[in-house]
Amino acid sequence: MAAAAPIEVRDLTLAYGDFVVQRDLNFKVNKGDVFVVMGGNGCGKTTLMRHMIGLQRPVRGAVLYSGEDFWRAGDEDQQRIKRRLGVMYQGGALWSSLTLAENVALPLGEYTGLAPQRIAEIVSFKLALVGLAGFEDFYPSELSGGMRKRAGLARAMALDPEILIVDEPSSGLDPLTARRLDDLILALRDALGTTIVVVTHDIASILAIGSDSIFLDPETHTMIATGNPAQALKSGDPRVRLFLNRGTPT
Amino acid sequence: MSHYNPSLRPRRRFGPQRGSIRLGSIRSDRLLDGAMGMDGWEALGTGSAGSAAGWRLAARALGSGQIELGFSGSWRLSEALPSPAAIAGEFSGATRQVRLAALELADWDSALPSFAAGLIRLGAQRGIEVDPGGLPQEVQRLLAMALSVPEQKAAGRGRSGGGVLARAGAATLALLRDLPEMLRFLGEVTLAAGRLVSGRAHFRSGDVWLEIEEAGPKALPIVSVISFLVGLILAYLGADQLRLVGAQIFIADLVAIGMVREIGALMTGIIVAGRTGAAFAARLGTMQVNEEIDAFRTLGVSPIDFLVLPRVLALALMVPLLTLYAGFVGMLAGMVVALLVFDIGMFEYYTETLRALEFKHFMVGLSKGAAYGAVVAFAGCLRGMQCGRSAEAVGQAATSAVVTGILLITVVASVMTIVYYQLGI
Repeated sequence: MAAAAPIEVRDLTLAYGDFVVQRDLNFKVNKGDVFVVMGGNGCGKTTLMRHMIGLQRPVRGAVLYSGEDFWRAGDEDQQRIKRRLGVMYQGGALWSSLTLAENVALPLGEYTGLAPQRIAEIVSFKLALVGLAGFEDFYPSELSGGMRKRAGLARAMALDPEILIVDEPSSGLDPLTARRLDDLILALRDALGTTIVVVTHDIASILAIGSDSIFLDPETHTMIATGNPAQALKSGDPRVRLFLNRGTPT
Repeated sequence: MSHYNPSLRPRRRFGPQRGSIRLGSIRSDRLLDGAMGMDGWEALGTGSAGSAAGWRLAARALGSGQIELGFSGSWRLSEALPSPAAIAGEFSGATRQVRLAALELADWDSALPSFAAGLIRLGAQRGIEVDPGGLPQEVQRLLAMALSVPEQKAAGRGRSGGGVLARAGAATLALLRDLPEMLRFLGEVTLAAGRLVSGRAHFRSGDVWLEIEEAGPKALPIVSVISFLVGLILAYLGADQLRLVGAQIFIADLVAIGMVREIGALMTGIIVAGRTGAAFAARLGTMQVNEEIDAFRTLGVSPIDFLVLPRVLALALMVPLLTLYAGFVGMLAGMVVALLVFDIGMFEYYTETLRALEFKHFMVGLSKGAAYGAVVAFAGCLRGMQCGRSAEAVGQAATSAVVTGILLITVVASVMTIVYYQLGI
């Protein structure tokens, strides 16, 4: 039997109180996938992400990491699962009292026994990867929104996580930087075998990097499994094609 | 998870040992002389001696001034890898070109490209060309991405640490800058108050009511507790002194005048500074972080009118009322103490209190309450509007609002006390 998928979501229902955002979500993210969660504003993309990374307990259903149910696991197991994840939040979510270097160094200092000098070296490399070489001593408040976002990605990949979850990587970035970030995500996947979940509505980036995808439909409040986005654009569900065509019917 | 073991840390200065880097420089000419192992490779360092699990680094000479570094074993974050500086330190001055190649590379993560990037950077400083061409494709790709954006030479960075003198100087300058800013803010608030009087201020009256509710009724519990206890302390204090002259009935005078005239207002002012002043600063500071205040400015709506005025108004109205309430609670506490501890009758205490209290004492207390409320709101809003754009700055703004609020209360209290004394009120 093949190893269980890194992430599997079963019958997940997302709700705030009585308001159901999405229901009956079922999908698997395979190793080495760049899995895209797409959908319009307010369809529950970020909410889904928050359920997946253990910030919000689902009303119903399960999130499985390599076959292990996150929400049924004990505290220690949850911690262990979380350590396998790197998360980039929409706004960067950098700690504002720390410099960029300290932000990226914190997970390394916390979870590895590396010497400070080596941490500094790894931090510089990770910041260089996201195009922020030389910004080590800046505080987040001194940077633009796009730079903060990229620094957030550098922090998410500080520990070379098995699974990288990124929320809206390209929104607020200029097209060239967004493209660079897409390339970086693919390079990470190829180099480290990282499994990547991208939550986005940026069509260019969906088509460029996605290998598998789901579409969260805000009207029926459930998902449409769309497979490879480039395929979905050609022959997928009409609603998905409409979305990927920016509203131009085909 | 980490297999890091400090004893495996590479050391440069001592002879060969577990996890050491071999001593001596790699000189391409010497390597060419034949002082080398099989295929020309010479072990340069290894993570855990002999074992296949750790990292291994070997070097060989390719031609004049050319070295090849061979990577084997495991290059992971969890390994005790050497620092690029230690390896680069082994290159002799004659080295012009270093080629990086994978030999028996088992597994690696971002530690490998990060090490290579370090070598490339150090090499560039010394005029040595480091070519990662022999490393796995994926490593080269990551390296290319990391090096494609030139490093920003950020001018004037670095924290202004400096000596004690430098910091003291900076703090003094900041203090001196603070005063004009305060005055300007005071001016803006005064102008806004002028607009309020002439009915041209932009704000929603609902906001005033919200602030009034937040600052007034919701503060009643804490004001009750504190003024009751303060009244109790005053009564005990007075009883002790007045017993000497056998005039314990004057506890009533002491508590009544003390609470109504001074202490009620003072305690209320301090409570409100901690409770509401800090909240104002945090609220406005967060709005500053979210660019909400900028949005008001670009819309042509004065944030002073819209945000500061309702708050100053609410506190200037509510603190006198709270003061009045604090005074009554304090007197009640005095009566309880007098009755239960010092055996003074309730009616006696009541008439004595009525005799002692004059209208002017209420006026003094109320005017002080209004002034304290205004300065607390002023300090809270000032610090909130001055707030920087980070979570830390919001915290500082809240702290500074309380400190400034209490400082201003003390200053205003002193001035008013002196003035009232001179006027004979």
